[in-house]
Amino acid sequence: MSTAYKTVQDIAGPLMMVEGVSNITYDELCEVELPDGKKRLGKVLEAREGLAVVQLFESTQGAATEGTKVRFLGRTFEIGVSEDILGRMFSGSGTPIDGGPAIVPEKKLDINGFPINPYSREYPADFIQTGISTIDVLNTLVRGQKLPIFSGAGLPHAQLAAQIARQARVLTKEEVETEGKATYDASMEEGKFAVVFAAMGVTFEEAQYFKQEFEKTGALSRAVLFMNTADNPVVERIATPRLALTAAEYLAYEKDYHVTVILTDMTNYCEALREVSAARKEVPGRRGYPGYLYTDLATLYERAGRIRGKAGSITQIPILTMPEDDVTHPIPDLTGYITEGQIRLDRALHQKGIFPPVIPMGSLSRLKGKAQGEGVTRGDHSAMDAQLTAAYARGVEIRELAVILGESSLSETDKMYLTFSNRFEREFIMQDERENRSIFDSLRIGWDLLSELPKSELKRVKPEQVEKYMKSARKNAPALVS
Amino acid sequence: MSAQPTIVKVAGPLVVAKGMRTAKMFEVVRVSKEKLVGEVIELHGDRASIQVYEETSGIGPGEPVELTGETLSVELAPGLLTSIYDGIQRPLQLIEEEAKSPFIPRGIYVPGLDRKKKWKFTATAKVGETVQSGDILGTVQETTLIEHKVMVPPGLSGKVESIESGSFTIEETIATVGKDKVCMLQRWPIRIPRPSKGKGIPNKPLQTGTRVLDTLFPVAKGGAGAIPGPFGAGKTVTQQSLAKYCSAQVIVYIGCGERGNEMTEVLSEFPHLQDPNTGEPLMKRTILIANTSNMPVAAREASVYTGITIAEYYRDMGYDVALMADSTSRWAEAMREMSGRLEEMPGEEGYPAYLGSRTAGFYERAGIVDCLGSDDRKGSLTVIGAVSPPGGDFSEPVTQNTLRVTKVFWALDAKLAYKRHFPSINWLQSYSLYAENLNDYYNKEVAEGFSQNRDRARKILQEESKLEEIVRLVGTDALSPKEQLTLETARMIREDFLFQNAFDPADAFTSLRKQFRILRAILLFSDIAEPILQQEDFDFGKLQNLSVKEEIVQCSFIPEEEVDEKFDALEETIRKQVTALQISSATAGTPQESESVAV
Repeated sequence: MSTAYKTVQDIAGPLMMVEGVSNITYDELCEVELPDGKKRLGKVLEAREGLAVVQLFESTQGAATEGTKVRFLGRTFEIGVSEDILGRMFSGSGTPIDGGPAIVPEKKLDINGFPINPYSREYPADFIQTGISTIDVLNTLVRGQKLPIFSGAGLPHAQLAAQIARQARVLTKEEVETEGKATYDASMEEGKFAVVFAAMGVTFEEAQYFKQEFEKTGALSRAVLFMNTADNPVVERIATPRLALTAAEYLAYEKDYHVTVILTDMTNYCEALREVSAARKEVPGRRGYPGYLYTDLATLYERAGRIRGKAGSITQIPILTMPEDDVTHPIPDLTGYITEGQIRLDRALHQKGIFPPVIPMGSLSRLKGKAQGEGVTRGDHSAMDAQLTAAYARGVEIRELAVILGESSLSETDKMYLTFSNRFEREFIMQDERENRSIFDSLRIGWDLLSELPKSELKRVKPEQVEKYMKSARKNAPALVS
Repeated sequence: MSAQPTIVKVAGPLVVAKGMRTAKMFEVVRVSKEKLVGEVIELHGDRASIQVYEETSGIGPGEPVELTGETLSVELAPGLLTSIYDGIQRPLQLIEEEAKSPFIPRGIYVPGLDRKKKWKFTATAKVGETVQSGDILGTVQETTLIEHKVMVPPGLSGKVESIESGSFTIEETIATVGKDKVCMLQRWPIRIPRPSKGKGIPNKPLQTGTRVLDTLFPVAKGGAGAIPGPFGAGKTVTQQSLAKYCSAQVIVYIGCGERGNEMTEVLSEFPHLQDPNTGEPLMKRTILIANTSNMPVAAREASVYTGITIAEYYRDMGYDVALMADSTSRWAEAMREMSGRLEEMPGEEGYPAYLGSRTAGFYERAGIVDCLGSDDRKGSLTVIGAVSPPGGDFSEPVTQNTLRVTKVFWALDAKLAYKRHFPSINWLQSYSLYAENLNDYYNKEVAEGFSQNRDRARKILQEESKLEEIVRLVGTDALSPKEQLTLETARMIREDFLFQNAFDPADAFTSLRKQFRILRAILLFSDIAEPILQQEDFDFGKLQNLSVKEEIVQCSFIPEEEVDEKFDALEETIRKQVTALQISSATAGTPQESESVAV
């Protein structure tokens, strides 16, 4: 059917120039047969009359200008999907690697997808309880949100992401109405759940950690894993998140699943992109990354959300490690401009032994407005959020001041802030990796902490809320249970 | 000989075609069998570079290209308001219906305006009158808020031979001027500014209801402003707040390369929000242009021009129009991406060398103008552009080029946002060059002494930043009582005046009068306290513990209807409580008359 071209002219990095071709299209998939018979996948980056620039998804090692055959497949990169993908593990380019049978596809989908029409979107507003106080109260996660974790080398982002995937759920109506007194009944929850996990260039151990976590909690049977570990081909990483998101879209919008997508590590993805860009000799933008990095990242991150009239949703939690913890580095910077907030991990908190080291300053959830408050969680939620963050920011400032001037020179109020912020770190931020706090518990801890401060300082919470919640928070503070 | 135009190269959004000798610069073409919309941006002999506004994967050399002879234009007629368009004026609602899918496929053709809908046209010009370009032929009640004025298209003039009131579609003839038939539908190329008789100096404020903007850094109707800030500092919230509450009559909101959910938020919220001036849904005065970050990049470049041309059209009717572009950095990046693919010589940070002139050309389309036509009406177009500098570094090219042409600079500060101080506009860095021009208006129309109080507030905030440095080195104890009072006053200005909750319905909008009264109450507190502090051994804590301070905290929630009454009472309480300190702490002496604030 299709002709095999033996006209490879140049090979440079992951790129190949094939001459004398006809009837090729941009973004078309092709199969490259190396002289030793090995087959590689590639796609057309530039289609000219009689010339194709092909990017291989795997290494070009062993390729030669003579003896290499290129066959154009007449289609773009597709993935075959059916509900059987649940519980399966695939390579970074979509072939099963768990020893199981091949997937009999219900349909084949282009991995690039199409942009969601903003008019057809539904604004995400369902509160997700992750059981982690700093996220639930201060950086509320919403179903259909894209909320990345900004981490650094050596910080416990994997544990945090696994904890979110393990504990995340929505509150039942009874829980909201009784302010958490009703016991949670899993059968009251509506909908089906799935996790899609894509590893890009992470170590074998880290990928394995996630797999084991899913196994332990029985989540593996409703998870789809795409694994491109550090020793796998670099360029394959460009396809991995797209495969994962296409699978997620299929599950969410055609099979009504609520899908949580974890992408780790976006930094490796961007580096793969830079490698291809450099090989093409494109004009580089900042730090050698291509000028279209923003657009490219957007085509991934924007594939989260909810669609009007569809039951399913895609919640994205990409993880990225900031080189040198620098938030102004192009990768976290551009990510922050696209995603709906970020969970930022802080090395200083981590070194104090606080898990999860989520720092309120610099963390943000842009969608929290609609997912906090009466009827969704509790009436005092958003006021508590503002008050705790403002007070902690002040406390940290005072702590710095105390270092220079000594604690004795602080005013009474300042000292109270100091106590508050120390307790805040130890009691509110810090919790066990297995501890699953309800939002109501988290709010109660918040009120308990605020009682350290004089009432006149509580400008963000309303007096009637102080009246209603603060006393009970102090008096019948039950022992923290996990 | 002219061969059939065919594609010779495809690389992302850039397509090169040959056989294009008859093509003109910026002509619209249809690319490939799928008829994707593209625009000619470069010509070399019979080869043309085309930027394609839709995804190009699956397109290859050898496919045909069709010339249309037209330049990229927008359709102008009743029906624009309440619409949501993509970057090249295709209604997203129609795309959904046509595609029968929540995703945007390509090659879809939908008209910008409804051809079948009949509008009730009321003729105001009369048969036999001589009309010129811009004269109003008649009106259509487009929404409950806006009366659409059907104007004689630019370049046309003559005697009205016939004109009729009645129900018409936008393509039916409503009048004959000279020999030309005129219908409501007009087209205008997006890259050419619409003509006017001339520009004026902006001297009326565009009220925003946001205290830090209106009082400290006001923007004038017909002015241009920039909001740069790192992510998470509140650009979008500020832009949306402006779109909701500013005193313009028509709003064009361009979501340029931003998040899809943000546009959805506007779409779901605006039909339910009331215009504070009229009580009608805000959507009735709004036009949305959405090119979200995952939509084709070339259409992003076009989206700001599409938006501003529509805005100019309403300006020409004599309305005050405000345009928000969020974010212009994405527009600049789209230019950079196309420029890179064209292999142009890059300027700073890879941006094309023409970045500066394009930016200037865009912002210069703002202004207060004498509209075409003989009735001397004036219209204004205010442009507010958000800028997203990488890493929050304002020295980058897009911010710098923008600041050269805008007169208002609202610097967003991530540090303030971290402390949950919103709107997180840095009061030391920001500026407005319109403040001088607007003083007259403020002092006459709002209250005598408005500008004087503003200058004082700014001075106090300046002093605070100096004093804070001293405090950081040696602590509060080293400050004189007067300096402590300055710190206290600055804190009140920051926390009780500048801080504003855009999500609280009672706090989101503050009238100019109320802004004046809040600030005056704070300054009054400071003025009365000052002489009292001079007493020996005065305990500063007493001043801080006054119960009236609690009332000042709450005063931004005083309802607009009771402003004067309630604030008079508040000022009375301030006088009483603060003066009382003097009697109790200094056994001798009588209360002194304090220096008075501007009233």
